[in-house]
Amino acid sequence: MSKRIDVSDLNVYYGDFLAVEGVTMAMEARSVTALIGPSGCGKSTFLRTLNRMHEVIPGARVEGKAVMDGVDLYGKGVDPVEVRRQVGMVFQRPNPFPTMSIADNVLAGVKLNNRRMPRALAQETIEKALVGANLWNEVKDRLERPGSSLSGGQQQRLCIARAIAVEPQVLLMDEPCSALDPISTLAIEDLMNELKNDYTIVIVTHNMQQAARVSDRTGFFNIAGTGKPGHLIEMDDTSVMFSSPSEKATEDYISGRFG
Amino acid sequence: MAAVTDEPAIRRGPAPGRLGNSIFKGFSLGSGIVIVVLLGLVAGFLLYRSLPAILASREQLEGVGFMQGRDLLSYVLPLAFGTVLSSAIALIVAVPLSIGIALFISHYAPRRLAQGLGYLVDLLAAIPSVVFGLWGVAFLMPLVGPVFAWLSENMGWFPPFSDYQAPARNLATAGLVLAVMILPIITATIREVFLQTPTLHEEASLALGATRWEMIRQAVLPFGRSGIISAAMLGMGRALGETMAVLLVLSPGFVINFFVLQPGQHQSIAANIASQLPEASGLGVDVLIATGLFLFLLTFFVNLAARAIIARRAEFSGAN
Repeated sequence: MSKRIDVSDLNVYYGDFLAVEGVTMAMEARSVTALIGPSGCGKSTFLRTLNRMHEVIPGARVEGKAVMDGVDLYGKGVDPVEVRRQVGMVFQRPNPFPTMSIADNVLAGVKLNNRRMPRALAQETIEKALVGANLWNEVKDRLERPGSSLSGGQQQRLCIARAIAVEPQVLLMDEPCSALDPISTLAIEDLMNELKNDYTIVIVTHNMQQAARVSDRTGFFNIAGTGKPGHLIEMDDTSVMFSSPSEKATEDYISGRFG
Repeated sequence: MAAVTDEPAIRRGPAPGRLGNSIFKGFSLGSGIVIVVLLGLVAGFLLYRSLPAILASREQLEGVGFMQGRDLLSYVLPLAFGTVLSSAIALIVAVPLSIGIALFISHYAPRRLAQGLGYLVDLLAAIPSVVFGLWGVAFLMPLVGPVFAWLSENMGWFPPFSDYQAPARNLATAGLVLAVMILPIITATIREVFLQTPTLHEEASLALGATRWEMIRQAVLPFGRSGIISAAMLGMGRALGETMAVLLVLSPGFVINFFVLQPGQHQSIAANIASQLPEASGLGVDVLIATGLFLFLLTFFVNLAARAIIARRAEFSGAN
């Protein structure tokens, strides 16, 4: 598991509106790449292009290339459904299926590929994914309870379990901790450190300390003004970005002078 | 910085707006009471007026011409059976169709087409039932006749399909007309529920690699489940009480059986009241009101059952 993604000259449009322009970057396998920047700079939009989720919005489209494992995600004949099975996603707000039990939530993605799972295999998958998401010990006695009975932080880890149960190559996280308290946030950050042994992780975050703590490389997005497209200003090793960035804008943002 | 006046910042007496608040509170409380009182009055009227029929002796009831010597229960039961069976046929046809239409409007059709289609469905709801009845007799009946004949010929081993007799003044046709009648209300209700599926859950499903249909099965349908049941019950309520369409289409009978392709077998409570009342007098009127009470109880318990079904899985409903 775990593949790198190389993006080159990527433009993202909503209808005629150019939202993100000319992004070229590499997301290394088995590492955490953090995307930071002020609100509205297009980092979430960019993240959603990596599993073609932005296409859910009518009129949204992309120009350029995003290559994973030698295949352009936007190449001819590539089914977005297939892309999403390889590139998992965790959202800003925890979104377990309210109509499903904890166990069924974990299996939700797996069952799409493999409708009739033997019971033993299902049990094994559930345990593996929940252990992988650091949630097993908290829920193992109540797997049949609804997913919505968990706390916010637990729900988010349940969503991570659901995403890794299908064993994707890449895991995208769109501000996964912004709706969580500090303790739950810490639990997720610890989890990311473990997950990067197996997955390529790309995380969008508003919390610069979080980017500094969890990521290996950091990309900084910015916009010149409202209505202008977002750009990738600079990308480097996280330690370099947070100590001696080469762009003035990056330094201003990181030191809290704007954004 | 407080204004420099002699008045203290907090005045004594009620704050402005208290009066409006009291009026509105009284109004909404009053409206709440009115609905309970209305329901009680209807139930009370039905019970009071049907008591003579319920308490009447066999001899007295034999004096009522249209009962043909039956006692009250054996008069009401075939009617209730016909009512429920016609509504069941209507639901079996209308609910899957409504789910399909609602899904198309909410999740498949481009926005403009969806809007147009939505208006069209709402328009269907505005057609008076007598028009539906006429349509059933003049248009639907000749159309379904050959289909029924074919069914009867080829699948006659299945009792409900056996021995079709033209013309199609049977319960199946009545059920189909009812299905068309209740389609708009069911579709409109289900559509609203489907449109309220949280984007969050739809995206969760799509991000797992679900196709659109898989997403609908994973996020939309489970979320809309209680709404679908409520919508079906709304439709059933209308079908149970529908008078005109059944009256015009169905050739009545007083038998309890499942031969829905044969005329002269069934009748519904509402259509029976409408056809007998003009000729009825004295105890006859009371008997018909008693059948009305039975219909009232029937719809009441159908709704109760629906609520119970919805409440049973409330924990998983997505409302929490």
